[in-house]
Amino acid sequence: MTGSATALGEREKYAIRMTGIDKTFGAVRANRGASLEVRPSEIHALVGENGAGKSTLMKILGGLQAPDAGTMEVNGRDVTGWSTSEAIAAGIGVVHQHFMLVPTLTVAENIVLGMEPVKGMRFDYAAAVAQVEKLSKETGLAVPADRKVAELSVGEAQRVEILKTLYRGAKILVLDEPTAVLSPPEVRELWTVLRGLRDAGGTIVLITHRLDEVVEISDAITVMRAGQTVERLTTSGTTPAQIARAMVGREVALTSRDEASALGAPLTGEIEPGFHPSDDMTSAIRVADLVVIGSRNTRVVDGVTFSIRPGEILGIAGVEGNGQTELIEALAGLRPLESGTIRINGHDVTQENVAERRQAGLSHIPEDRHHRGLILDYSVTDNLVLGRQEEFGSRRGMLNGDRIRENSKAQIAEFDIRPPDGEIAARNLSGGNQQKIVIAREMGQSFGVLLASQPTRGVDVGAIEFIHTRLREARAEGKAILLVSAELKEVLALSDRVAVMYRGKFSKIIPAAEASEESLGEYMTGSKKEDAA
Amino acid sequence: MSSRFREHLEEALFPPLVALLVALICGDLLIMSYGQSPATVYRLLLEGTWGNAYGFGQVLYKATTLIFTGLSVSLAIRAGLFNVGAESQLAAGGFVAALVGLGLSPSMPGILAIPLCLLAAAIGGSIVGAIPGWLKVKYGAHEVIVTIMLNFVVLALLNYIVAAKIHVPETLHTPEIRAGGIARLDSFIPAFHGSAANLSILIALVTAAAVWVYLFKSKRGFEMRAVGLQPEAAEYGGVSVGGIWMRAMILSGAIAGLGGINYVLGYKQYYEEGFAGGAGFLGIAVALVGRNHPLGVVLAALFFATLSQGGLAIHAFVPKQMVEVLQGVVILAVAMSVPEVRRALRQARKPVAA
Amino acid sequence: MNPFDFLTQTIRIAIPYLFAASGGVIAERAGIITLSLEGYMLSGAFAATLGVHYTGSPWIGLLTGIFGGLVFGLIQAVASIRYRANQVVVGIAINLLAIGVTRFFLKLAFDSSSNSPRVAGLGGNSAWYGFDNPLLWMGLLVAPALGFILYKTPFGLRVRAVGEHPDAAASLGIKVSLIQYISVALSGMLAALGGVFLALDQHQFTDQMTAGRGFIAVAAVIFGRWDPVRAALACLLFAAAETLQIQLQGNQFIPSQFVEMIPYLLTIIALAGVVGRAVPPAALGKAAE
Repeated sequence: MTGSATALGEREKYAIRMTGIDKTFGAVRANRGASLEVRPSEIHALVGENGAGKSTLMKILGGLQAPDAGTMEVNGRDVTGWSTSEAIAAGIGVVHQHFMLVPTLTVAENIVLGMEPVKGMRFDYAAAVAQVEKLSKETGLAVPADRKVAELSVGEAQRVEILKTLYRGAKILVLDEPTAVLSPPEVRELWTVLRGLRDAGGTIVLITHRLDEVVEISDAITVMRAGQTVERLTTSGTTPAQIARAMVGREVALTSRDEASALGAPLTGEIEPGFHPSDDMTSAIRVADLVVIGSRNTRVVDGVTFSIRPGEILGIAGVEGNGQTELIEALAGLRPLESGTIRINGHDVTQENVAERRQAGLSHIPEDRHHRGLILDYSVTDNLVLGRQEEFGSRRGMLNGDRIRENSKAQIAEFDIRPPDGEIAARNLSGGNQQKIVIAREMGQSFGVLLASQPTRGVDVGAIEFIHTRLREARAEGKAILLVSAELKEVLALSDRVAVMYRGKFSKIIPAAEASEESLGEYMTGSKKEDAA
Repeated sequence: MSSRFREHLEEALFPPLVALLVALICGDLLIMSYGQSPATVYRLLLEGTWGNAYGFGQVLYKATTLIFTGLSVSLAIRAGLFNVGAESQLAAGGFVAALVGLGLSPSMPGILAIPLCLLAAAIGGSIVGAIPGWLKVKYGAHEVIVTIMLNFVVLALLNYIVAAKIHVPETLHTPEIRAGGIARLDSFIPAFHGSAANLSILIALVTAAAVWVYLFKSKRGFEMRAVGLQPEAAEYGGVSVGGIWMRAMILSGAIAGLGGINYVLGYKQYYEEGFAGGAGFLGIAVALVGRNHPLGVVLAALFFATLSQGGLAIHAFVPKQMVEVLQGVVILAVAMSVPEVRRALRQARKPVAA
Repeated sequence: MNPFDFLTQTIRIAIPYLFAASGGVIAERAGIITLSLEGYMLSGAFAATLGVHYTGSPWIGLLTGIFGGLVFGLIQAVASIRYRANQVVVGIAINLLAIGVTRFFLKLAFDSSSNSPRVAGLGGNSAWYGFDNPLLWMGLLVAPALGFILYKTPFGLRVRAVGEHPDAAASLGIKVSLIQYISVALSGMLAALGGVFLALDQHQFTDQMTAGRGFIAVAAVIFGRWDPVRAALACLLFAAAETLQIQLQGNQFIPSQFVEMIPYLLTIIALAGVVGRAVPPAALGKAAE
């Protein structure tokens, strides 16, 4: 008797309780015995690196997926494997990372969709607008009820997403990387809203990989790694370092110097013989006043100027969504620029297309290897040829099969691509090995300038070290590298000079030795704004 | 056999096999609804097609046009485009070939006249193919609808030209060509007597081989397949996606246009209203069943040609309309099984771990 | 030529287009590419003829005709939604299948390769210029009715959401597949009504009697930018051109073939965005991905 009474009390202690969740997609084990315990009326952060399994776990909570094994309880009730409608009815609201809004419909239509107010057979649009405006006022989430979603700003669209869940009576809110696309003032507004909801009795689960946010807003933390839940912490009394260690599973060096010396590379700040920063050498790449207009007619790259010498790595840090993607695409020739010039080894390539820039010595490790960098249905061998067709072709237009196969064998060996079979379709390799194909191709040909965008994203630890080593070797060989990464540690560890990109502009470019996470962090959040002159 | 080759083979062969099975079952039902025995009817079908020289000749003849239209559609699909216009490209090609054949002097030797007419046919088809290509590249107009609409426009135009300007009175065809005719098979092999089969079949096979080399061994072919699989990745690799699309539609149109020679230069030696007879649309089925591979296209063309000719052979027992129903069923069955098979095979194959 | 005759003849020619185009609009707004309108019309015409022939009642024929369209609509639905087949190919296959099936049963039921025996129709009193045919009135009302459904009812809102962003709809618990099944079934039935009108108007079924009307309806859907009323206006426009050509048959001003081309040329121009962009529903054809 006592036993079951305690058990009952146990269960009701939690708003959400997920235990032993397994979920496999094909060969990917996204969740392996994962668990989550969230108390009512708390803001709970679910942290982990990309690919840790956080999104999958939340999809299961939201009813979009059913678990292969494990149980799930919401407010003490067993709801394992329920559907989206049941989840919504029980008060779970999910705000996805990629908004689930229909652009051609208005805000009110999007919010009431599926629960439309009716007058007989008619959809009562006026009532919908009125209800939305009322809810908007009550919660302080300002939205233009009658405007088409396509016309909204990102912050407004996110508010619509939140209102959508509240309209359906959500008491448990799950937000998936909500700040990825927000500016700092918008982030602060979001925190105010979330605190308000918590204080009114709501429970909030925040999925993020941003340690500073976790410390700022959450009450409790669950850390996931490789599909498993590895640690549960209370926020007060936990440092970012402790959280980071749990996320990565090893002692994480938070300063560039320690990591760099551990890997045996010359510390930034130590000048190699013969190389003097004040030497007036020709730059390998020189960019002046680059402006790129983005999708909402704003200057997503707003007058960027920099140059990189041969044998130098320039690292660009910054929260995603500040123009880094567009900058790299414009440099590669994949995106038109509004104004500005790009010179490679003194040669003006501003008007040249992708193929011509590659000929001029430009290589590019793209941010999105699945869509841009690889043709998943092509074999490893064929992927190693992508972008280098001219190199392996004859004048009569045919491809030289022998040379292609030789090259493939050599590169697979050199870059340790596993399994070492050139005929396998790229689709079938792990993320790390897929990235190695891209690296092998882009760094295995002759190039002068390398654009490396998020080169180690979603890659396992062993491959990360491999890629870092390669980048350092390329620098030693006199290549110029532009490194863009959302991982501050990586930028500090590899770069000679760093800058922060914020709202389309570069901060002052400083030697890496003078930079630290704190000082860069200030630039990244916009609280310090010395522009690159 | 390398694993990748086997992967491809599995994904390629299963859908047509499924389709064949479905067709057999459907055929059984239809035949039995007519009170006939399926075994007898199928035997008769095979005898009437591959079992005698005349029938076989007819199969070869029908397959020839289908090989051309099938190659045309499959090439476009490799580039990620859907060319529904093979019907009008075929007609246009045949028409231009007939015009050139009319215009040449009868004394010109075949060695010169035939290639000229072939070129004419290819050009005729490629012009019709270029239009949707250009509209897609310049305006983003979806090629499926443009080609469907253009079919009607071109066929109406050809109808007008022939009816108003160049036809033999009391008929719907142009006068006989004076040069560039292609010899019928029965002029070398008497057994084929009476059948329309002609040497165009050889040209069709050569074209199939050429398409294979182009797609799998050439630079442009590599780029074209890349565009068809992942245009963003091809673009990243320096490929001009718009350029490839134009190339694909022009080549696709040219190959379909070339198909016109079968009737116009080989069989009747004039252009006739409606000679295309749906071969352009059937070419879509051929490409689909042939899994967009030149070898598959040739086999699929033979299959559909056999069905078509077989329908005539069994006419006494079951109306030939049954064959038309089977055609539709086969196309549906293959279309439905392709994604299904792909999904099933992907689940079954475990990616190789690092 | 008398404007009143012109108008009544235009309307009579437009009715099949109006039905078929409405069918096309609803299915495509739900995200399913529909090239099978021709097949739906043909099967509706044949099924209607069978119904009237065996029962003597045109109203039963109407019902059987709708059923014929429903059957082919469901084939398209299952192939496109459940099996994720390429929707263009499915459309073409259905058209071929409809021709084959109607021919097969034409032979089986009436022992003819070309036409059925004569059947009764609806209306038919020439003093009323066709307006005594209830189907004609239905044809005129189908577009505004569809407009109401699409823009003023919850079902219509969901259809539009599904055709633009099915994931968003699914995340709200809307059954995307069900909405698509219903829309495609409706499209089959509506388009079939166009065929029913044809068959009853001509009092028989003839082989391939739809003669490409289904594709003119496709053109109208696109030219009308997937809006029911705009598509209906396009249908009237195309029908007017046809009437004009018939009335002018004696005059050799414009050869008939060029008038035939008008709907198709207009659609190509619309696609090229010369007269405003024709942007389809964002998720059109994506059920297969």
